[in-house]
Amino acid sequence: MANTEPAVVCSGLVRRYGERRALDGIDLTLGEGQTLVVFGPNGAGKTTLLRVLATLLRPSDGSASLLGSDLRKEGWKVRSKIGFLGHQSLCYGDLTARENLSYHAKLHGVEAPAARIEALLDQTKLSDRGDERVFGYSRGMLQRLAICRAVLHEPEVLLLDEPRSNLDPAAIEQVEPLIGAAAGRTRVIASHDPAGGLAEADLVLGLRSGAAILLEQAAEVTTDQIGELYR
Amino acid sequence: MSAARPPSTLSAARAVLYKELTLERRAPQTLTAMALFCASAFVIFHFALGRDAIEGALASGVLWVTLTLAALLGIGRSFVADREEGGLDGFLLAPAPRSALLIAKATTLFIFLLIVGLLAALLFSVLLLGPTPSASQWASIALLIVLADLGIALVGTLIAGIAIQTRARDLITSILALPLLIPLLIAVTKASEPLLSVGAGTLTGRWLALLGLYDLIFGLLAYALFDYLVED
Repeated sequence: MANTEPAVVCSGLVRRYGERRALDGIDLTLGEGQTLVVFGPNGAGKTTLLRVLATLLRPSDGSASLLGSDLRKEGWKVRSKIGFLGHQSLCYGDLTARENLSYHAKLHGVEAPAARIEALLDQTKLSDRGDERVFGYSRGMLQRLAICRAVLHEPEVLLLDEPRSNLDPAAIEQVEPLIGAAAGRTRVIASHDPAGGLAEADLVLGLRSGAAILLEQAAEVTTDQIGELYR
Repeated sequence: MSAARPPSTLSAARAVLYKELTLERRAPQTLTAMALFCASAFVIFHFALGRDAIEGALASGVLWVTLTLAALLGIGRSFVADREEGGLDGFLLAPAPRSALLIAKATTLFIFLLIVGLLAALLFSVLLLGPTPSASQWASIALLIVLADLGIALVGTLIAGIAIQTRARDLITSILALPLLIPLLIAVTKASEPLLSVGAGTLTGRWLALLGLYDLIFGLLAYALFDYLVED
């Protein structure tokens, strides 16, 4: 654990889709350098929480702040500090891996982008196929590329939605220095893996139907408690 | 930790524009569809009107209705790759000014419309147009295509930005774009009429001014509204 300055603060956070509350009054505080792992069944609100924190969705009610900036009013301030990995790679199928990363590097204003891109492709073993169009990639390769995109601009906060899905054990090892605890970044991770998620969590949030039914320090949570969320 | 500085509007727009043109070069769907639509429409008009050659108001109407409907194809496809592959989220996650997306998308559409407009005008003169325009009349027609395409590109990008946030996006494009394009269509068909008539017709200043004003108003409107349209 690093220091305890709050990196993420949610207070009474509500997000509605029409009448339905996808997030229903979430309160949490996460310190800088800490990892929050969010568990819950499909449709519980995990992805919505990540998208609100990524500034892709606005809170309907309550507040959310990241690195001291209110996301409702000052989302633009923190975008350069957020790395988001969702269900889609956010990469274009008709561009090569290098072209996709170069495009995102320009949008983020990355300095010396070529060196950074090559380092990431090397790290994720995609260098040899970096000039191929992405539509021919396997799902695992796409996930590795998406991870490269998410960390390209060296963000301070990582918002990761099931980051290890579609990855084989070797690929999981390759991406560990980029998205693992050793990277020293504040992380919010949505996970369906109780044991794996708990092992890397400082704080655990359990969601069901948008409501927080579990919010504890990871040391005080058991895998059985997490399993209960899915029953 | 971050080794990045937010890009300027211009550099972000350049990145998006380069990406858009690369995608179209790799998979030329939009331009091909628009050009084929124009060619098919001229052939249909040729048989439907039962005339070998047309001129004046009829010629102007046929040319611009065809180009406007072809433009709807381009507008409808404007955000397709972004929607299917999450590219819009990719842009919105970046600290790039939102107006960069408007500039790049409108410029891409403008380039496509220009290419299709000039090709279609040439094809129209071969297949349907009775009088042969002089060099100066061709220059005037090209000027009208530039001014009209600028307006269509701005309105089209604005509408595409609205449509991408809705489920009925294909319907929204046609339903919203056509009424908004009526003033532009009136001005450009009136301005084109003398150029496509028998005799030495010239451009009328007031229709040109109206086209310029339309482009200015919708340019400002698009700039003011686009941020709110693409963000949640």
